[in-house]
Amino acid sequence: MAAANSRFRALVRRLPIIHHLRQSVGLQRGMLIAGLVITGVFLLVAIFAPLLAPYGYSTLRDENGTFGAQQPPGGQHLLGTTVGGYDVLSRVIWGAQTAALVIIVAVILSIFIGVMLGLISGYVGGWLDRVLVVVADAVYAFPSLLLAIVAAIAISGGQSSFLGGIFAAALSITVVFVPQYFRVIRAETVRIKSEAYVESAKVVGSSTTRILFRHVLRNATRTLPLIFTLNSSEAILTLAGLGFLGFGIEPTAAAEWGYDLNKSISDVTSGIWWTSVFPGLAIVLVVVGITLVGESLNDLADPRLRTRRRADSTPSPTAETSAVPGGSINGLDTVNGLDLRP
Amino acid sequence: MTTTELVGGATGGTSTPRRRLSDNKLLRFIIVRFLLIFPTILILVTMVFVLMRSIGDPITAALGGRLSPAQLAERIEAAGYNRPILVQYFEYIGQVFTGNFGQTISDNRPVLEVLSRYGGATLELAFYSLIVAFIVGIPLGMLAAYLRDKWPDAILRVFAILCYATPVFFAGLLLKLVFAVNLGVLPVAGRASVRTELQLTNVDNPTGIYLIDAFQLGSPAVFADVLSHAVLPGIALGLLTAGVFLRLVRTNVIGTLSMDYVDAARSRGVGEFRLVRKHAYKPALIPIITVIGLQMAVLLGGAVLTETTFEWEGLGFQLAQYLQARDFVAVQGIVALLAVIVAVTNFIVDIIAALIDPRVRY
Repeated sequence: MAAANSRFRALVRRLPIIHHLRQSVGLQRGMLIAGLVITGVFLLVAIFAPLLAPYGYSTLRDENGTFGAQQPPGGQHLLGTTVGGYDVLSRVIWGAQTAALVIIVAVILSIFIGVMLGLISGYVGGWLDRVLVVVADAVYAFPSLLLAIVAAIAISGGQSSFLGGIFAAALSITVVFVPQYFRVIRAETVRIKSEAYVESAKVVGSSTTRILFRHVLRNATRTLPLIFTLNSSEAILTLAGLGFLGFGIEPTAAAEWGYDLNKSISDVTSGIWWTSVFPGLAIVLVVVGITLVGESLNDLADPRLRTRRRADSTPSPTAETSAVPGGSINGLDTVNGLDLRP
Repeated sequence: MTTTELVGGATGGTSTPRRRLSDNKLLRFIIVRFLLIFPTILILVTMVFVLMRSIGDPITAALGGRLSPAQLAERIEAAGYNRPILVQYFEYIGQVFTGNFGQTISDNRPVLEVLSRYGGATLELAFYSLIVAFIVGIPLGMLAAYLRDKWPDAILRVFAILCYATPVFFAGLLLKLVFAVNLGVLPVAGRASVRTELQLTNVDNPTGIYLIDAFQLGSPAVFADVLSHAVLPGIALGLLTAGVFLRLVRTNVIGTLSMDYVDAARSRGVGEFRLVRKHAYKPALIPIITVIGLQMAVLLGGAVLTETTFEWEGLGFQLAQYLQARDFVAVQGIVALLAVIVAVTNFIVDIIAALIDPRVRY
């Protein structure tokens, strides 16, 4: 009983975030905790949006009649109403749900596709590998928002329903992210492929599938939690950018922060601040929260950046790709990134 | 002794045969890197083509509701969109490599003309934002490295994250609210006021880059007007890159501060601040050059959003307009063109990086 309990605790300690939390100290720990709290609140708001929001995302009236457009904050509408007559607070809260759904779908899809391609490309090698690497590099260097726009046009023709809109946005973001996962997993696979245990597995006669999934994949996933967090924040920004350019989800289908910000451009000129400030702050807060988690994980993994490490430590991954638009959080990795090319 | 002297001393000592060898390697690198541009462009253009055409022909998409089926069929026929897709694809690729990016549907202009008319504005915006990024990012990054793990470092790092976390359009809207609407010190939108625009039409050889045109005109009032319009968009877009630079400089200065030559300088009694300012920061700038290539992509993507926010009539603004008009030929053309620009910029940046830092060469 006691043995099982301690084994369970050892397992919990090895889980990515918990492991990092135990390992961190001082300022870094503060940043990690702050990030985790913000991210947690965001997820809770997303899950409980139907209970928290005073009105629906597309509600224009209650029993006292219509809300009225551009009502200042206060009274019935804590954060005012938009130019379209929606309640700002409700749309901000419902927007969390849309954002969370899009991130989850986008990241799961890109991990799945990127990991598969990376594994196969790295393990098989040859011309397939070369072609995939060139393609991934080309896509990686392209302005991600433009690519997402093109993908959004292709997927939905520009406008869509709730689920359709979420999938279109998620797929458009996926197109942008697959190369990042691909690069990381491929680099790891190439490294692991030459390890002794893979060779011995071959000698014993394991099938290629078994070697790929049992020996290579399990050892190649160590950087995934890190890229996962960094990509989630970029996914929110891409979603907001798409919405801002009019490729978001229709206001009657779901609430989307980028769309609301687009509608508020003209409000700003006439001094109406509440329609833009609140959805904008929501984006900033969520991205800051997730980025704090990601950056803390990155710093903890990088011996040059880590202040001090607690006793409980096993080596953990550094970012080899990054969610910082175009760049890398860790500068030297950009130079290392060139090594990935043929 | 400064870093340049140290680096200069090291390369000066290399013997001649070794140098020739490295020159050959550099040439090979440049050629290989140059040849890599073409597959890159081909892949991107192909992707854009496949994605854009997967929803059908662009004429139905743009004019579907407005023309009768017969008129539509006639226009599709005239534009050649009824031919097999592969034929169209090869024709398109051929056109792209000869510099023809197609005609817009909504206002029937060659895409290249759209570029020459509005490209300058986007270039100007990108230039302003790079300046903002350098001015804000590099000194603050050095400061953060110098005060590492103290509270100013924490504030600067949170600032860097905020720079990255704030969507450019929200940053733009906030800046507008504060400086243009509430304080009223800067203009709300546009590249210049109407009067200035009129005066700028008198320039003999307009470049489309207002800063240069205003300089040619030689009128201080016009110059000031152009600059005052550039401040807010420049900051909105520049802060995004500034955050990236700040982090990059901080990380790399911390890295170089633990190098042997810095230790040597420290043991000679060089002060800690002088170490950062004179010794550690120059090697830390090399990664910035590499990142600028990738940042070009970010700036172009961000320019679309910034230009929409500030009604800055550049390529991004036009792209957004064409998106609204569902003119997908124009979108495809502009996106393909931007892909070419990004590919070429990356090539130039890689070459510069290779010239500066031999470790980068293949």
